[in-house]
Amino acid sequence: MSPNSDQAATSETRLAVDIGGTFTDIALEQGRGSQARSTVVKTLTTHDAPERGVISGIAEVLDRAGVAADQVSTMVYGTTLATNMLIERKGAPIALITTEGFRDTLAIRNESRYEQYDLNIDLPEPLVPRRLRLPIPERMNVRGEVLLDLDVEAVAATVPILIEAEVQSLAIGFLHSYVNDSHEIQTRDILAKLLPDVEISISSEVSPEMREYERISTTCANAYVQPLISSHLARLESELHRVGIHCPLFLMLSGGGITTLETARRFPVRLVESGPAGGAIFAGHIARQLGLDEVVSYDMGGTTAKLCLIDDGMPHTSRNFEVARIYRFMKGSGLPLRIPVIEMVEIGAGGGSIAHVDALGRIAVGPESAGSEPGPAAYGQGGTEPTVTDADVVLGRIDPDNFAGGTMTLNRPAAEEAMVNAVGSKLGLDATESALGVAEMVDENMANAARVHAIESGEVVEARTLIAFGGAAPLHAARIGEKLDMNRVIIPPGAGVGSALGFLRAPVAYEVTRSFHQRLSELDANACNRLLEGMRVEANAVVIPGAAGRPLVETRLAYMRYVGQGHEVGVELPIKIEAVRFDVDTPGALTEAFLASYHRLYERSIPNLEIEILSWVLTIGTEPEAIPDAVPRDASQPPPKVTVAGTRRLVESSTGETVDAPVYERTALEPGSVIPGPAVVVETNTATVITSRYVAHVHPDGHLILETANLDKGASQ
Amino acid sequence: MTSTGSSSALAQIHLHVMWNRLIAVVEEQAQTLIRTAFSTSVREAGDLAAAVFDGEGRMLAQAITGTPGHINALAACVVHFVEKYPMEQMLPGDVYITNDPWLASGHQHDITVATPVFFDGVAVAIVANTCHVVDIGGRGFSPDGRQVYEEGLNIPILHLFTEGVANETLLEIVRMNVRESDQVIGDIYSFAAANDIAANRLVSMMEEFDISDLDELANFVIDRSRQATLDRINELDHGTFHNELTMDGYDKPVTLAAALTISKDNIHIDYAGTSPASSYGINVVLNYTKAYTTYGIKAVVAPEIPNNYGSIEPFTFSAPVGCILNAPRPYAVAARHIIGHLLPDTILGCLDQVVEGGVQAEGSSSLWNIQLRSGPSVSTDTDYEGDVPEFEMTHFNSGGAGARPTKDGLSATGFPSGVRGVPVEATESIVPIVFWRKELREDSGGAGHYRGGLGQVIELAGDGGAPFDVLAMFERVQNAPRGRHGGLDGSKGSVELASGQVLRSKGQQSIPAYDRLLLAMPGGAGLGDPHQRPAQTVAADLADGLISAESARDEYGVVVLRDGTVDESGR
Repeated sequence: MSPNSDQAATSETRLAVDIGGTFTDIALEQGRGSQARSTVVKTLTTHDAPERGVISGIAEVLDRAGVAADQVSTMVYGTTLATNMLIERKGAPIALITTEGFRDTLAIRNESRYEQYDLNIDLPEPLVPRRLRLPIPERMNVRGEVLLDLDVEAVAATVPILIEAEVQSLAIGFLHSYVNDSHEIQTRDILAKLLPDVEISISSEVSPEMREYERISTTCANAYVQPLISSHLARLESELHRVGIHCPLFLMLSGGGITTLETARRFPVRLVESGPAGGAIFAGHIARQLGLDEVVSYDMGGTTAKLCLIDDGMPHTSRNFEVARIYRFMKGSGLPLRIPVIEMVEIGAGGGSIAHVDALGRIAVGPESAGSEPGPAAYGQGGTEPTVTDADVVLGRIDPDNFAGGTMTLNRPAAEEAMVNAVGSKLGLDATESALGVAEMVDENMANAARVHAIESGEVVEARTLIAFGGAAPLHAARIGEKLDMNRVIIPPGAGVGSALGFLRAPVAYEVTRSFHQRLSELDANACNRLLEGMRVEANAVVIPGAAGRPLVETRLAYMRYVGQGHEVGVELPIKIEAVRFDVDTPGALTEAFLASYHRLYERSIPNLEIEILSWVLTIGTEPEAIPDAVPRDASQPPPKVTVAGTRRLVESSTGETVDAPVYERTALEPGSVIPGPAVVVETNTATVITSRYVAHVHPDGHLILETANLDKGASQ
Repeated sequence: MTSTGSSSALAQIHLHVMWNRLIAVVEEQAQTLIRTAFSTSVREAGDLAAAVFDGEGRMLAQAITGTPGHINALAACVVHFVEKYPMEQMLPGDVYITNDPWLASGHQHDITVATPVFFDGVAVAIVANTCHVVDIGGRGFSPDGRQVYEEGLNIPILHLFTEGVANETLLEIVRMNVRESDQVIGDIYSFAAANDIAANRLVSMMEEFDISDLDELANFVIDRSRQATLDRINELDHGTFHNELTMDGYDKPVTLAAALTISKDNIHIDYAGTSPASSYGINVVLNYTKAYTTYGIKAVVAPEIPNNYGSIEPFTFSAPVGCILNAPRPYAVAARHIIGHLLPDTILGCLDQVVEGGVQAEGSSSLWNIQLRSGPSVSTDTDYEGDVPEFEMTHFNSGGAGARPTKDGLSATGFPSGVRGVPVEATESIVPIVFWRKELREDSGGAGHYRGGLGQVIELAGDGGAPFDVLAMFERVQNAPRGRHGGLDGSKGSVELASGQVLRSKGQQSIPAYDRLLLAMPGGAGLGDPHQRPAQTVAADLADGLISAESARDEYGVVVLRDGTVDESGR
C-alpha cells in the first residue's frame, strides 16, 4: 500500500448518508488518508419522506464543515428502506408469473418447521398471494433444453388479471431459467409491451442460481421493493439537485460495494442490509490500517448484536441471506434472498435486551427488547424489566451520572431493584450478583454466536482480533475477548457512525454470479473462459461508469465440492489476472486449491473423490483505498502521562470481584498512552471497559488497542 | 479487592453459562455435519442428530438442528457403546460406530458414530451423532424386506478408529456392500470429523472454567430439566386417556392403541392393543418408539424445556414384545418411519382430552419420501427405446399438518419429522427425472374453524420418458387424518400413474416408459366447526384456490357471488 494518492485527493469532499431505523447518520470527509477531516451529524429519520431528513441533515453537516454544496465531489447513500419494506410488508402490490405446476414454490418453501418443539409457529407469508401467482405452460430441463414451449397466449392472458389487481411490479421466475433465460425474456418482452408502466424483475437477472425457492423469493423481493425505492431515489436525486449537489451519487450494496443509481433501481433488493455492510467495511478498513489479517467485527446496539468475520481487510461475503425473520431471529423464519451480502450473524442481544429467569431457573437474556420506550429500568421512564444496560449500570460499567454525554441521568437504584425483582429474588442473588449473571449470559451468547458462525463459515474465531463499535459494544468487548481467548480487542474512535464512515471506504464494485456445473475430471476450459468473459463484461458495464478511471481489481471464485456433497467451498481461482485462461493444467491447480481450502476448514480431507464446480462468482471493483502510515510514536520516549479522571467500583466478570477501577476521559488520551486494566475509558456515547486481562494502548489514529497483559511471559491472570 | 457475594454465586452463574456453551458445542457439531456430509438426507434435509453425553451415557445437550426421531433415539443409544466399551478402557483417538437398528435409531440406513472426549488423559464425556446415509445395500430404502437381513449391511458396535487409525477392514466391507460407496464412506469420515470439533470445544470449555470432569454440570443440567418437566406434568389432571389410530399398513391395516396415564411426576404410555409386527419392513424398534413417543408428549407438555436425559426421563412407555412398536430381531424395519411418525398423532389424541384448549388435529404426519430406482436390470419395459439410466433417488416430501387450536394447519410441512425438502432443480441436476408438478393440493385441508394444512401434488417422469421404479412407502391412502371438535377430516392420499392406473401405496412398482407417477399427499384435518370460520377468511381461501366453491358452500356454508359479495345465509 502506498500513501501516494493523498495529494490528488485532498480536494475531494465526500459525503455519506446512512438511513437507519431511528437515526440518519451523515458523515462528510474532506481529503483522504491522514489529511482527512470528518464532520458528522446524526438526525432522526423522517419515515414519511426519508429524503427530507437527508436533505436537512446534509444542510447541517455542510454548514458545520463550512463547505458549499457544489464542492461535494461524491456522495454514497445507504438505506434500510428496502429492509423495512420487507419487514413491515409495505412494498408494492406484485404478481408472479411462474412455470405451470409450480405456483406454490413460495408457499411450500423447504417444507420444514424452523422450530421443532413449538407447535404454534407461523411461517413467513409469501410476498405474493396465491391468486396472483400465475402459472404459464413452459418448461426447460436442467440442461436448458426446452421440454415445453412457452405458451405466449397464456402470457398475454394474464394482463386483465394484472390490471384488475392494480399490480405495479411483476416478478417472472421459471424453472431452470438460470441455465436458459429465453422464456423469461420472451415473457418480459410480451408483458412490457402490454403493460408499459409495470416494472418487471426476471429471476435469470436478479439471482441466476439453481434452487427455485431462493431464486424466486429473491426475484419477488426485488419486484416488491422496486416501485417505492425507484420513486424514493428519483425524489432524492431531484432534491439533491435542488440544493446544489450535482456530484455522482452511489448506493451502498449489501455485498459491501457501491454502485450507480441506475443499477440500484434495477436491483433494489441488493440494497437490503447496506447499513450493517457499511459497519463491516468500516471495521475492514481499520483492520487494513492496523495490518491485521484476521478480525471479527462486533457491532452492538440497542436491540441486536452483529458479528462479521474479516480476512485481510475484506469482510466475508455470502450469497445466502434471510431478511425479515419473524421468530427470535431464528434461521428459517425469514424470506431467503440469494444476493451477494456481507455475511453476518445477528442475535437478539443489545443494551435493551430484557433479562429473566426461565422455567429451568436459568438466567436468560433477550431477544425481547425494552427498546427506547420504556427502555431500561435505569432510564426511569417506566421500564421495570431489567436489561443489559441495567446490568452495566449496576456493575459500574456505565456511569449513571454521566450517560449519553451527560444529557441523561440514570437511576441506579431502579436498575438494582429491577435486577433483584426479576432475577435475584428467584435465584438467591443480590443485585450485583444478578447483574453479573445477566452480563455473563449475554456475553456468553455473543461469544457462542461468534463460535458457531465461524464454524458455519469453516473458520476459527480464537486467533482473531475483535473490532468493536456501536453504542453498547465497548462495554462488553473485553469480556467477549476473554471468552474467545483473543489477545487483541480494538475500540476505534467515531464508532457511533461507523456505517456511514464505512460507506466512504467501500469500493465501486459489482459481483456477478453464474451457475455452471463442471467436473474437474472433464473440465471444458473453453467454456469456462467464455463464461468468465461474459461475467466480466457484465461487471465492467456496471463498475466502469462509477470508477472514474481508478484502477480495477478482479477476483474470481469457484464454488467447489466433492461430488455428492451439498455445500460448496469458495476457492479463489489460482490464475493470474493477466493469464485468465483455463488450460490443461487448470484442473490440477484447482484440485490443489480446493484440497488446501477443504483441509483448512475441516481438518480432514477425503482421499480419492471426484471434485466439481457448481457456481462461479466474479467481482470487479476499484482498488481498496490506500492506507496512510500512522505517524509512529518515538519509542524512546516514555509513554505520555495519563490523567485519572476518577475511580469507579467495577465488577470483573471473570472473577466476580469488585475493584476500584480508574476512569479516564478518552478525549484526554494521547497517542502512546498506556492504560492497564482494570480501567474504564469514557467518551460521549459509551465507555470502554478494560478488564484486567488486558492493557490498552492508544494508537496514533485514536484507536484503543487492548492487548493481553504479560502475553510474552505467558502469564495471563 | 472484595469478592462479590459468595463464590457459590459465581459458581452458579458459571453452571448457567456452561449449559449454554454445551448447546453451542453440539450446534457446531451439527453445522459441521451439514457442511461436510454427502448424502442429501443430511446436507439438504437435515436428517441428523448431534449430542453430548456424560460418562454414564446420559444426554446433556442436543443440537437444535436435527430431527426428533434421530435425537431421541441417539439419546437411548450411547449407553450401549459404554456398556460394550467401558469408558476407562477407551483411548484417545478411538471412535466407535454402529448402525444396528435395535441399538440405535431403528433402521440400518442410520449410522451412529461416538467419540470419547479426553481431559488430562481421562475419558470424561462422549460426543455422538446419528445420520441417514444414502444407501446401506440390500433392498435399500424400501418396505419390501421380510427380514432385516434383506435390508443391507449391519454394523455392530465396532471401532471406526483405534487410537487414530481407521478400521480399514470395516471400511472396505462397507465399500463393497453399498450402492453409492464414495458418498457413504465420505459421510462416515465427516461424522467422525464433526465429533472431533465438538470434542475440542468441550475440552476448551473445561479448561476455561477450570473443571476436570462434567459431573457437577451434568447433574445440574439433568436435575433442573427433570424438575421443570415434572412441574409441567404436575399441572395436569391425573387420569388415563385412550386413543386409537388405524393406518394403512403394508398388506393389512395397523392399529396403534395408546393409554396415556398422568400421575404424580410421570406420564406413561402403554401401547397394549397395538397390532402385531408386520411381515414387511415397516416395523419399529423400541428406541424409535421411544423417540417419537417422547417427542409427542414433550411438544405439548413441556416444549421449551431443553431436550436431555433429565427432561425425557419423566416420560415412560411400554409396548408388548412382538407388537409393531416393539418388533424383535430379525423383523424388517427399513421403512419404520411411516409408523413412527404416526405416534405423535396417537399421543395428541390422548392429550387432547386433558390439555386445556385442546391440541392440534391429525395430519399427513408420515413423510412421503419418494424413493426411485432405475437401471437396465431394474426396469424391463421393452417399449423404451433408449438406454435406461442407472440411479437411486430420495426426495423428502410432506403433506399437510393438522389445524391447531388457534391457527390453521401448516401446508406441505413436515410434522413431526421436520426434515427439509430438496429443491426440484437440485434433484433434477443429480438424477434424470423431470418434475412436472409440485404444488398445493386444492381442497385437501380438512374444513374447520381452523382449516387443516393443504397437502401437495407431485407429478414426475423419467427424463426422455425412461421407465423407473418407485419404492412406495406412503401412508394415509386409506385412512384420512381425523378432525377434532367438529373439524372435518383431511383428504386421503393417492398413488397413481398419470395414465390412470392406481398403484399400491407400499412396495416396489414400475412406472412404464412415457408414463408419469402422480402422488397426491394427504391434507391435515380441521379443528372446530367450519361454520365458525369467518366468512371473509373462507372467501379469501376461495379466491386463492385453496378451497373450491363446493367446499365453501357445502362445508363452510359460504357462497361468494359473482360481484364478490359474500353470502353466508347457508350457515
